[in-house]
Amino acid sequence: MAGPVVYRTRRSVLHMAALAAAASVIAPRLSKADAKAVEAEIKKLYDGKTIADGRVKLDVPQIAENGLVVPITVDVESPMTEQNYVKAVHVYADGNPLPGVFTFRFSPLSGRASASTRMRLAQTQNIVAVAEMSDGSLFTTKAEVKVTIGGCGG
Amino acid sequence: MISRRHFLHATAAAHALAVASGLGPLGRAAAQQRLSEQDILRFEPLGQVTILHVTDIHAQLVPLYFREPSINLGVGPAKGKPPHLTDQAFRDFFKIAGGTAEAHALTSDDFTALARTYGRMGGMDRVSRLISAIRAERGADKVLLLDGGDTWQGSWTALQTRGDDMVQVMNALGVEAMTSHWEFTYGEDRVKELAEKSKAAFLAQNVRDNEWQEAVFEPRKTFEKGGAKIAVIGQAFPRTPIANPRWMIPKWEFGLREEDIQKQVDEARAEGADVVVLLSHNGFDVDAKLATRVNGIDVILTAHTHDAMPGVVTAGRTILVASGSHGKFVSRLDLDIRDKKVTGYRYKLLPVFSDAITPDPSMAGLVHTIRKPFATELAQEIGRTDSLLFRRGNFNGTFDDLIAQAMLAERDAEIALTPGFRWGGTLLPGDAITFDAIANATAITYPACYRMEMTGAQLKDVLEDVADNIFHPDPYFQGGGDMVRVGGVGYAIDVSAPMGRRISDLTLLKSGRPLEASRPYTVAGWASVNQGTQGPPIWDVVKAHVARHKTVRIEPNSAVKVTGA
Repeated sequence: MAGPVVYRTRRSVLHMAALAAAASVIAPRLSKADAKAVEAEIKKLYDGKTIADGRVKLDVPQIAENGLVVPITVDVESPMTEQNYVKAVHVYADGNPLPGVFTFRFSPLSGRASASTRMRLAQTQNIVAVAEMSDGSLFTTKAEVKVTIGGCGG
Repeated sequence: MISRRHFLHATAAAHALAVASGLGPLGRAAAQQRLSEQDILRFEPLGQVTILHVTDIHAQLVPLYFREPSINLGVGPAKGKPPHLTDQAFRDFFKIAGGTAEAHALTSDDFTALARTYGRMGGMDRVSRLISAIRAERGADKVLLLDGGDTWQGSWTALQTRGDDMVQVMNALGVEAMTSHWEFTYGEDRVKELAEKSKAAFLAQNVRDNEWQEAVFEPRKTFEKGGAKIAVIGQAFPRTPIANPRWMIPKWEFGLREEDIQKQVDEARAEGADVVVLLSHNGFDVDAKLATRVNGIDVILTAHTHDAMPGVVTAGRTILVASGSHGKFVSRLDLDIRDKKVTGYRYKLLPVFSDAITPDPSMAGLVHTIRKPFATELAQEIGRTDSLLFRRGNFNGTFDDLIAQAMLAERDAEIALTPGFRWGGTLLPGDAITFDAIANATAITYPACYRMEMTGAQLKDVLEDVADNIFHPDPYFQGGGDMVRVGGVGYAIDVSAPMGRRISDLTLLKSGRPLEASRPYTVAGWASVNQGTQGPPIWDVVKAHVARHKTVRIEPNSAVKVTGA
């Protein structure tokens, strides 16, 4: 399997020195990549083929502890035999200026279609995973990750 | 949805005046001005096991005043339900008469007059006395004492001893297990050192090292009490690295880890646990949701949000207990266990009225020894207050307004930001503002009071982001604090609006003009979670300001307009 290519956003999460009380990271509210546009982009990449929901499990935190290194694990249900295996998983972040984050490639020898890495997110957005199967079918799932400055109390 | 299943146990309300539930006959006794230790302790024991719960003590060794909130809004499924009730609504729900001791302990209105009648609350020597009395009455082998965390932080002595004073106190109390939040602000090495020294098991199933995802602390521990096996799972505050400086705990990861809690519950049951307790620092609303999603928890001892309720809430078969903060209360929960099931329970929130309870001499001695090296510093009178100084409430409190005014004046800023912490004592009109009192509202390990420029747009973003952490309709997105306090600006907030649309009408109070999105303003604040923040410690800023004015008077803040509640 190829090593993960982690896409780094142009603008890193902006740490403003000593910003707010109870606040750490101010994600600048620049114009967010449009989620609908990203969805359309993904459809185009796969020639308008049907992308079904399911089979892909995306494990990301609901709230990022550190937007610079957000842990992500993708897991795809598959027997991983010569006849039926996962070829690749592509991950997109719909709030990044360039939404393609990375691709994991698999073969039947991978045994399991599962991989983990970390990615950088500047702001709250959806993470979309698309799995490409050996028979050409496509599956997808989506999860939102909130990137926040916090606010503390108790 | 949650509102269907997560119903309030009717008996909590109906029996709020019964001996075994709620504060019991305190009201009558108090009305007759004969409040006694016996009234506070009176409890008809049930079953084999007593669980005692203290939480969010915030290092308050000696009795203090602590005013409960007058605004404590619930959103989404929590709207209008306990603990999101205040004053008359709270008293109506729990059937508490106005003007009584329990009304004073649990609600905010008429606070000053009632505080003068009923005196200070808490004090570790009084807490110790209650716990010893319950152990003696029940049999020590039937009693399990648990601490929900936020214990090692919140006072000058805790800060100066880096939490050591509280470990000594909790060891003397005989706490058997604890979990954690503010404890982490002493940094990884110190937390591990103190966790070693602590006789209580330091439980935190949701803290992992971020390289190998291995557990940093024991996730759970089983205790045998009254012949029953009680599995206690620890849950540290899931958002610690967001709400507090991550650089102090760089190798640790947190999070809610609901599925892992389920695994812990299942493992505990498989090992033969009769009772499964979640010793949680999630916050009440988070736990109320969690109780509907994780199966098999008998009791959740909640913390973090500082709610005090004289009755339990149940969700399915899970009992939720809310034990307040600052040593004001001790929760007693008796369980009747048959065939590995909790078949009955009885609960009482014991209010720690310091004037009614005899101090335990050995704990009083320990507290004296701890405070002695700092006694002169602590007793130093910096000034006096003419008005009630309190902190708790969703929006500005008068103590925070004082801190904000100090920052505006001493740091020559146009705008001040002060965090929505829920800890810190209350001062009555006429009280001395001692250094002890200032430290009780400010003692943290990242106290630098910074000064910087922020545009109006950035300020709005900060307010929006913090508001979303309090008023997000899904409790799993709530951080558990109160709204960041502002000085020098006013704003309107619609708590029911979505993220980015709650805050409007930001106004610079000095000029009465709207804040300009692109104009930079000079902002002072403290408790920044960023490493390397520069500025004097906040207690010095407040001290200088109070010393300059000698007597302060803070009028209730009318610059924040709240709608959508």
